[in-house]
Amino acid sequence: MAQSVLLISRQAPWAGIAAAEALDIALAAGAFDLPLSMLFMDDGVFQLLAQQQPQILEQKDLSANLQALPMFGIEQLYVAQQCLSERGLADSSLAIEAERLDDLQIQQLIRQFDHVITL
Amino acid sequence: MKFVINVLSASTAPSTRRALRFAQALLASGHEIVRVFFYQDGVLTASNNIVVAQDQQDIAQQWQAFITEHQLDAVVCIAAALRRGVLDQAEAQRYQRDAVNLAEGYQLSGLGQLHDGLQQADRLISFGGE
Repeated sequence: MAQSVLLISRQAPWAGIAAAEALDIALAAGAFDLPLSMLFMDDGVFQLLAQQQPQILEQKDLSANLQALPMFGIEQLYVAQQCLSERGLADSSLAIEAERLDDLQIQQLIRQFDHVITL
Repeated sequence: MKFVINVLSASTAPSTRRALRFAQALLASGHEIVRVFFYQDGVLTASNNIVVAQDQQDIAQQWQAFITEHQLDAVVCIAAALRRGVLDQAEAQRYQRDAVNLAEGYQLSGLGQLHDGLQQADRLISFGGE
């Protein structure tokens, strides 16, 4: 059986290319039919917000790529509830469906995977 | 145990020096390195155009010597490398650039090589940040 990967994405979408490069790891796993789940933490939670205007910062819109994840077979997306709350986003609607996890649930999630990549 | 080493920062970052020392310790302890994968700013380590002052350690050169000596599978993410100006002969020709600066011992390839390495490895150890 294929080894599973949890990809933890921690960078804001406007913080350079890091978020896009994290996403590329997920899309590559999908292309090879490998089991990968994503967890958005810290400033990475900003990637999930609706109605972003990246063009004002001359940045590329990541949302379309994120929304393509299920088409690549990456269907399990998680977000850290605490990180949303710390940024005043606890009640914000997310453009991309992700299961909200508390810290204990995140501990349990990380244990389920063979490998963890944090970017 | 089988390891994949993931290098995410430039050769000037202490984490890239630590990655090298960790990799050296792995081999010294009888472990196997399936692959060293260079991603994000880690691709800059594979440039052979790095010049370091005499009183400083040349970590990029040390990485290259280590890879060559042990014939390690050292893969540099091609997309990340191109956007940071690390090119091999084929890519320099394709994009009509003068410089070919991928050091000997490294190969440019896709992110699939990271996943392929993980499928063979017991442990992935990533080195990033400072």
